[in-house]
Amino acid sequence: MAVTAPAPVPSTSPARPGAAAPRARIAGVLTRTPYWVLTGGLAIVFLFPLVWAGVASFSPQPGSAQVDGWGFGNYVTLARYQAGIGQYLLNSVVVSGLTVLFTLVVSLLGGFAFARFRFPGRDVLFLVTLAILMVPYATLLIPLYVLLNTLHLQNSLLGLALVLTMFQLPFATFMMRISFESVPRELDEAAMVDGCSSFGALRRVLVPAVKPGLITVGLFAFLAAWNDFVAPLILITDSTKAPLPLAVANMRQQVMGIVDYGATQAGVVVLAVPCVVLFLLLQRHYVRGFMSGALKG
Amino acid sequence: MSVQSASSTPPSPAPHGAAARGPAASDDRPPRTARAVGADRRRRRPGRSQAARGWAYAAPTAAFVLVLFVLPVLLVGQMSASDWPLLAGNRGVNFPDNFRDAVENRFFWDSVVFTVKYTVIATVLLIALGLGFALLVQESSRWKSFLRTSILVPSALGLASASLLFYALYSPQVGPISPLLERLGIVDEPISFLGSPDGALWSTVFLIVWRFAGFYMLLLMVGLQGIPHEVYEAARMDGASRWQTFGRVTLPLLRPSLALCTILCVTGSLLAFDQFYILTKGGPDNSTITVVQLIYNVAFQGQNDLGVAAALSIIVLAALVVINIAQVRGMRAPEEK
Repeated sequence: MAVTAPAPVPSTSPARPGAAAPRARIAGVLTRTPYWVLTGGLAIVFLFPLVWAGVASFSPQPGSAQVDGWGFGNYVTLARYQAGIGQYLLNSVVVSGLTVLFTLVVSLLGGFAFARFRFPGRDVLFLVTLAILMVPYATLLIPLYVLLNTLHLQNSLLGLALVLTMFQLPFATFMMRISFESVPRELDEAAMVDGCSSFGALRRVLVPAVKPGLITVGLFAFLAAWNDFVAPLILITDSTKAPLPLAVANMRQQVMGIVDYGATQAGVVVLAVPCVVLFLLLQRHYVRGFMSGALKG
Repeated sequence: MSVQSASSTPPSPAPHGAAARGPAASDDRPPRTARAVGADRRRRRPGRSQAARGWAYAAPTAAFVLVLFVLPVLLVGQMSASDWPLLAGNRGVNFPDNFRDAVENRFFWDSVVFTVKYTVIATVLLIALGLGFALLVQESSRWKSFLRTSILVPSALGLASASLLFYALYSPQVGPISPLLERLGIVDEPISFLGSPDGALWSTVFLIVWRFAGFYMLLLMVGLQGIPHEVYEAARMDGASRWQTFGRVTLPLLRPSLALCTILCVTGSLLAFDQFYILTKGGPDNSTITVVQLIYNVAFQGQNDLGVAAALSIIVLAALVVINIAQVRGMRAPEEK
């Protein structure tokens, strides 16, 4: 469905009849005023915190590194915090990158297997994969903490990325399965007839066809890995290996209960900017993720 | 189809004898004929090699699921029945005791009551507002798509980032809300958002609404678009008012989407952790400890008892399964029963 039906993306939605039209007819400016006030207020409520954090991180505030005048003082504090923001940023980039990579590869192959092959245990495996959604985070992280220790993956970004990939699999596998199912079988059969192996058909013909699904899966995996807080909180004890959200949260309780709000805001900005930019660029793919979930959910 | 295309492609030079030998060895054969036969065979019965290839592609998924999901679930079961301090590791069976200790924990019932209260508030608000926003922005115009994006942007942020943002927003030192309200004359003295139990709860609820309203709006918009145009047409021809249309047409037809949202929201709220860990740390006066936070505290803060934490996790898991089964049963449309 993901590929063949670009139709009902909300931005092109048909108007619900009976809602707006008659009202506009009676209306005139006066009756529309409450509507503008309400919706304008809503936009402000939702945008204000983001804008505020951005502005405040540069503005002069008592108790932060930026006391008088505007400037980058808070970012300097952030850059010099313990191992330095560069290290935490790198940790986050490594974890997110690995998670996206693992998620894409595993769900691409898995989705292909579930959509195109019949093999014993297929339905059981698919259901067990979806069952990951049913089990609480904390229920899994406590045994994972023990398990990663025995695998000597404790305190490692690789271990963290593997765990985060596992949490992405239900959505990713589901998404890739329906992406493959929406590609006509004739396409890969024709490729195989023309001399491709099944892997060749996957690589040359199907990957381009399911690319939108891959982008959606990658986007969700990135957002989840970049933002995750609980898994590193439990699995990473070495503070130089902390990803950014954990580092910023730790930084808060630095100096005897005195919180450097300026540096916290700067940290939030660094955390939020990539997400917001990616979201605005890939909004269409973000929305598609929801549609696929809602269709079969 | 596959057979036809096989014959219509340029003549295949591959040895036909090999292809005719049967399905089992197809993988090491020259691809051209093998695949043609393979594709043809798929129609009749799933061959052994097809199963093997299927498993090969599914192997990474299976490995992840087995090692990082099935094994941990089994392990948490074992841990819940064992004496398992954080550092010392497994020290033998401690079966009913872990569960007794879990339930007798000083904060167990408080955390259950608080979590349920929070879940009810968050679910009611999120679903109601999500539906309201979905109805408000579903038509397409430039202003509405701007509005839609505004409501959705916070959901790109991580819950932890959002919590940190609101931690600063609510702070008495730099928070802008309290001074603004004071200047407008709405309040006389600075508001302490996180200082009182109720304040902490509602402040967190506001954060959650801010972060998740767009998410539920989007899910419900997808549901709204699934309702066929003709139904509304018919309702209008029958002279239904807007409220009648909403109550008798929209809501019933939106039932599956509403059910999905409710299940997601209840599950998510029962497992709330990040927001309270960052905003309130369970305070003030331990009034905002959620169940998951209790698990975290028992496992990693002070008590360091993974056995009891695992027992708590099992209790949560069981409760969640029961609650979700009840929800699915309860919300199934009458005709499906």
